[in-house]
Amino acid sequence: MSPFDLLLGFAVCATAALALLSRELFRAIVMFIVFGLCMALVWVRLEAPDIALAEAAIGAGITGVLLLDTLGYLRRRYRKPANGQGGEGAR
Amino acid sequence: MSTALFHACIGILLCTMGLFAFIVHRHLLRRLLAFNVMGSGCFLLLVGLAQDGRGPDPVPQALVLTGIVVAVASTALALVIFRRWYRVSGEGQLPEDV
Amino acid sequence: MSRLRLAAAATAALGFALALALAVIERPAAVLNLPALVEAEIAGAGALHPITAVLLDFRSFDTLLEVGVLLLAVIVAYALREAQPDGPDRMGLDTPLLRAVISLLLPLMLLVGAYVLWAGATRPGGAFQAGAILAASGLALRLAGLRVGGLDRAWRVHALLALGLAVFVAAAVLPALAGHAMLDHPATLAKTIVIVVEIALTVSIALGLLALFRLAPPQVDGPVFEDRRSKPRGGA
Repeated sequence: MSPFDLLLGFAVCATAALALLSRELFRAIVMFIVFGLCMALVWVRLEAPDIALAEAAIGAGITGVLLLDTLGYLRRRYRKPANGQGGEGAR
Repeated sequence: MSTALFHACIGILLCTMGLFAFIVHRHLLRRLLAFNVMGSGCFLLLVGLAQDGRGPDPVPQALVLTGIVVAVASTALALVIFRRWYRVSGEGQLPEDV
Repeated sequence: MSRLRLAAAATAALGFALALALAVIERPAAVLNLPALVEAEIAGAGALHPITAVLLDFRSFDTLLEVGVLLLAVIVAYALREAQPDGPDRMGLDTPLLRAVISLLLPLMLLVGAYVLWAGATRPGGAFQAGAILAASGLALRLAGLRVGGLDRAWRVHALLALGLAVFVAAAVLPALAGHAMLDHPATLAKTIVIVVEIALTVSIALGLLALFRLAPPQVDGPVFEDRRSKPRGGA
């Protein structure tokens, strides 16, 4: 185990914690994308280049786009105060 | 401690954090994030334990590869259902959730 | 959030972590040496890269079910879709810069996708990664508001979505009809079968992921929601 592994493990845990505990949903999702990229590096360290490829393309790319798109939908829907519920859902 | 075992331990940590966040949060999008982090932790545990003390093992790696695709499919489906729910109810969480 | 909920979550997570740690410490020794088994059998498989061989030959039943799960998710998303206006949907940011970048990048992305699929036979790569890359390029296309003309007809999309599972099921059942076990390909044909299945899988995975993105409701919303893209339509 090299110091790089320690650093990577710390990065993975930190980005996961930020993705799970950030108050702002946008930041949480961006942190989740960063988490996916760190996971891709972890797969490289585990000698699994196939999974690293898939994780980088799917975990970080497609999942991130899907989540951000949904977040954009939540925000668009509550930009107008017509509904009277405030921006509760989009936070 | 080998590299594989170390990353398996990180996997345990990720599973734990995911479970904690899954229970604590009520917003469905946050729960989905927690679910995904938990899934990543499981994958790490699966591959890390199988490779501890031995070289790379293609069988768990292939299983994780299928697992990742299934995870993204379920996430996308959950988002479709969530958006539909959000459209009907205007809420980001479920009503029976206290 | 309430204090009770926090305490319950912390207890559950802590117990879970302890149980997992205990399971890791007390784990039984491996009975089988799987890498060696794969190494010994790989000559009869359809691919030289061990992971591709596991995915499409040794444990192909898993992969078959996984493609089924993806198709099922797409079908459920179709079922939940809301009535959409006819014609092309208005998704997309209509900026010239994005279009220019994508027209430069798209051929490269398609090339990378094709290479990754081809590389899967002997080195890291394969249907899943190639499918993901193709889906990503499809997403880029959609974000720029561009469309693939050939996919405007619904039945073509449906056929391509089902193609992966259909080809895979055919590859599973045909050996059974010939008297072998299910999914048990003769060594001489294995390579061809694996390549055909992989190409079909790539197309279906890419389109499936893209469809799950496209079908997320709704593109056009009711009167509550005034999007800059939803231009007023006559009578609606």
